[in-house]
Amino acid sequence: MEHLELFLKSIFIDNMVFATFLGMCSYLAVSKKVSTAVGLGAAVIFVLAITVPLNWLLDQYLLQPGALKWLGAEYADYDLSFLSFIMFIATIATMVQLVEIVVEKFSPSLYNSLGIFLPLIAVNCAILGGSLFMQSREIPSLGLATTYGVGSGIGWFLAILAIAAIREKIRYSNVPPALRGLGITFIITGLMAIGFMSFGGMLTGGDEPEVKKGTTVQEGDKEPPQVQLENNDSNNNTVVLKDDLGMANTSKVNE
Amino acid sequence: MGLLSKKDAKLITDPLADNNPITIQVLGICSALAITAQLKASIVMAISVMAVLGIGNVVISLMRNIIPSKIRIIVQLVVVAALVIIVDQVLKAFSYELSKTLSVFVGLIITNCIIMGRFEAFALANGPWRSFLDGIGNAAGYGLILIIVGFFRELLGSGTLLGFPVLGDPIEKKGLYAIGYENNGFMLLSPMALIVVGIIIWVQRTRNKELIED
Repeated sequence: MEHLELFLKSIFIDNMVFATFLGMCSYLAVSKKVSTAVGLGAAVIFVLAITVPLNWLLDQYLLQPGALKWLGAEYADYDLSFLSFIMFIATIATMVQLVEIVVEKFSPSLYNSLGIFLPLIAVNCAILGGSLFMQSREIPSLGLATTYGVGSGIGWFLAILAIAAIREKIRYSNVPPALRGLGITFIITGLMAIGFMSFGGMLTGGDEPEVKKGTTVQEGDKEPPQVQLENNDSNNNTVVLKDDLGMANTSKVNE
Repeated sequence: MGLLSKKDAKLITDPLADNNPITIQVLGICSALAITAQLKASIVMAISVMAVLGIGNVVISLMRNIIPSKIRIIVQLVVVAALVIIVDQVLKAFSYELSKTLSVFVGLIITNCIIMGRFEAFALANGPWRSFLDGIGNAAGYGLILIIVGFFRELLGSGTLLGFPVLGDPIEKKGLYAIGYENNGFMLLSPMALIVVGIIIWVQRTRNKELIED
């Protein structure tokens, strides 16, 4: 249950692209065709599924404050967490290289479809972001870290697949010249992100959102007052304007 | 500019407008969008990237003749990661609150495509001084967009700039709020960053028709 919850959460609610904007560079650059988008998306799932658990182990047994306890009591108060950036990125770069070699050796057909994307992935923010979020959200076990890696990969895959499909279709539409290409892609991504926000309440209902979204929003202007137009009686032509405070303003409408 | 030759000055001014890293080269968007809900965070991010890119470009440029081309990506990553760790530690030491706001996005400077892109495209082929100018110029172009987006999102979203209320008091209905103005809380949500950048691109390409893609 825990796994399923984290899995769905990392796909939809904390979607890499739409909620945290990770991996936007390759998302924008490689989304012109659906087929290449699928290739890159698959490579991202693959690499995230390997590097997140690996970096979890590194974090747990090497980097966290007190993680070196297994070496002996005198190492217990070492804190190497400032090294996490360089350790994570080194792990990712070597894993990507290793995966490339292994895939080339054992599955030339997979290599042909993923091959050109693998070097790109070492510098994809989604991969490093996956590991960094895994660290900052303190995911408790290796299994959950794997779930988180696979889930975020699938979320990224969905996002790039969707935008690639839209971009293939939008080529036939009459977009204002200055917006063509990059501009309209940004705006569509923004609209898709608004759509994905509606997944927010999906899992636990009243769960506190983790991102500090809207911490600076003042109380009271979170939602604009909803104005309801209600034609309560067609005979006397009176329009009742209600806002959410329950106050009603009545005004006569002239014929 | 007596200090810089015309060609060198172009290295700084070009990325500010017609070769902007974000709107034209499409690099480094990830971090540009996530932290721009406040102007202050945008400025700090811009300065951090400028420090990393300026120094990193010089380091890579000095080493350009001794890096074997096969492992250059790893070398570049190590250089950036070391610089970013320094920036992160400095931020944690001097402005802990802000480094909490930026959270993982300081770390993500490592994979900011602007940095790798400039290393590959410029620092590996040019001397240290020109690389330094190129780094500063591109980071300034990046920072410019960040600051524009941060400015509008903070102004329209919470009615403040750098934390100071500039439009009046929304609770006691002073200033602009007295005549019925309301903050648009939507601007603080992440999707609006994308739309604001989209609009900046729109404006820029309308003003300069040569940039239009077909």
